[in-house]
Amino acid sequence: MSYVIKRILLGIPTLFAMFTAIFVIIRVVPGDAAAVILGDHATPAALEALRTELGLDRPLLQQYLEFLGGLLQGDLGTSLVTRRPVLQEALLVLPNTLELAFASIIVGLALGIPLGVYAAINRNSWPDYFGRLFSLVGLSLPAFVSGILLLLAFAIQLRWFPVIGSSQPSSLADRFFGVALPALNLGIIMSAYVARVTRTSMLATLGEDYVRTARAKGVRSTRLILRHVLSNSLLPIITVVGLYFGTLIGNSVLTEIVFNRPGMGRLILGALNTRDYTLLQGLMIIFASFVVLANLLTDLAYAAVDPRIRTS
Amino acid sequence: MKTILLALRDAARFLSRGGAFTWLGFGLLCAIVLMAVFAPLIAPYDPLEQDIVNRLLPPSPEFWLGTDSYGRDVLSRLIYGARVSLVVGIVAIAIAMVIGTAMGILAGYIGGRFDAFVMAIVDIMLSFPSLLLGMLVAAVLGASLENLIIAIAITEIAPFARLARAPTLVLKEQDFIQATRAMGCSHSRIMGVHIVPNIMSEILVMASLWMATAIRTEASLSFIGLGVKPPTPTWGGMIREGFENILEAWWLAVFPSIFVFVTVLALNLLGDGLRDATDPKLRQRT
Repeated sequence: MSYVIKRILLGIPTLFAMFTAIFVIIRVVPGDAAAVILGDHATPAALEALRTELGLDRPLLQQYLEFLGGLLQGDLGTSLVTRRPVLQEALLVLPNTLELAFASIIVGLALGIPLGVYAAINRNSWPDYFGRLFSLVGLSLPAFVSGILLLLAFAIQLRWFPVIGSSQPSSLADRFFGVALPALNLGIIMSAYVARVTRTSMLATLGEDYVRTARAKGVRSTRLILRHVLSNSLLPIITVVGLYFGTLIGNSVLTEIVFNRPGMGRLILGALNTRDYTLLQGLMIIFASFVVLANLLTDLAYAAVDPRIRTS
Repeated sequence: MKTILLALRDAARFLSRGGAFTWLGFGLLCAIVLMAVFAPLIAPYDPLEQDIVNRLLPPSPEFWLGTDSYGRDVLSRLIYGARVSLVVGIVAIAIAMVIGTAMGILAGYIGGRFDAFVMAIVDIMLSFPSLLLGMLVAAVLGASLENLIIAIAITEIAPFARLARAPTLVLKEQDFIQATRAMGCSHSRIMGVHIVPNIMSEILVMASLWMATAIRTEASLSFIGLGVKPPTPTWGGMIREGFENILEAWWLAVFPSIFVFVTVLALNLLGDGLRDATDPKLRQRT
């Protein structure tokens, strides 16, 4: 229990540093942020009003403290375009993004782990070569490229899936078909990372003495692979899943754009196009919080899988 | 200069040990670089010349990869587009490599609180999703070639710093470094002349893998609309335009997608092969 609390406390400075970094990056806009947002034809009065609204007329330190104070109260500011609270805007579409993220993690693990295991036990034979090639292809595909190719093949040519996921799915089947192709896109890319690390980790464990001993004792080979080898190869796999979370966020932004799904990705694209810096800042803060949360969960998962970490 | 030449010689040695996939990656990469360098000689048409009569033509003997919605030749635009991808990839990685390696060596060499401070910054940079960081920086600075390079370079500094730090920690304790210090060598000379050459080949090998990421990020940012402004052809930008016409003209999105994929794959094949060749453990086993 104390391990959990210690780990949670460790996340706070990281979160704080990331928020500070976001604050700084947003404010290094060359020239006048208000002028950048409003464009060239803004009147001086409008510029002045926006500067006051953004707090640009106040000292930087005061702006920073107000920003942090707002965060502590769950206030991410107000969107410059829609005039609604950023948090409210984000919460509206967050379930869609989370649904996609979880579905893709399931696809990624369900595809990646068996592939990696199969490649490792058939080392330097055709399944292994195929698995490695698959991983390399997956690692080389930008998420929007594979997304467009899947969309072309399965939605436009074969018409198995809807081209545009409906924003208000009427039935469970609609919901499934809406999320299936984007989740497959993200899952295939993720499975490339997972398969690669599963293979390497399995190979390292397969060389251990205790595996040879278990084999000599006559442990059945499926049980040996699952119980003795895979369960001891899980730590690097968990690490990759945890580290992959950041990439997953970036890829899901691209995937949501390609599949035209309402979600954080489309929101961020809108914020970029309308120069809605408060919305952009708020969304980045939400993403950063998710990354820190994912890191925390990764560390907690270590402890769950490996008792040695809990006690040390 | 000498350091880089020596590191390149090492890289060439690793390449000679590489397998078929490594050579395939190397060959593809050479072809792409040559294509970019000699674009004016190879491209069948002017990449910017609009021809409204011939708009949205499918691939044909006249226009091998078809034409876009302004009637521009897709193949010629792809050939010129390689220039942006490669320039962004190479320059961004070069900047990230210099800054990141310097940070890593200084952190490892100086140690103590400075090390802890630098590595804390590196950890925070690493936990930032790189595409989002790139988006944030590119959006704040505005879309242009220079800003795209800066945005991507910033996202790639942290891994170089981490890579350079670990061997520096080992090297600084070794006898020959202790000896040079006893002979009165300055710290900057030790770092520049004795540590850098020893870690350079490892860093160059990883640079090829991270260049793959940089090119992928460039394409992604261009696809989102944060890349080099039109009409300059970029692969990501072409995919974006093609995506807008995806129902009528599949070739507009598919061919640039293939070019991005092949380039990133080539760098990954090469980088993977070189990395395996530098790893003595892997070398013994295979």
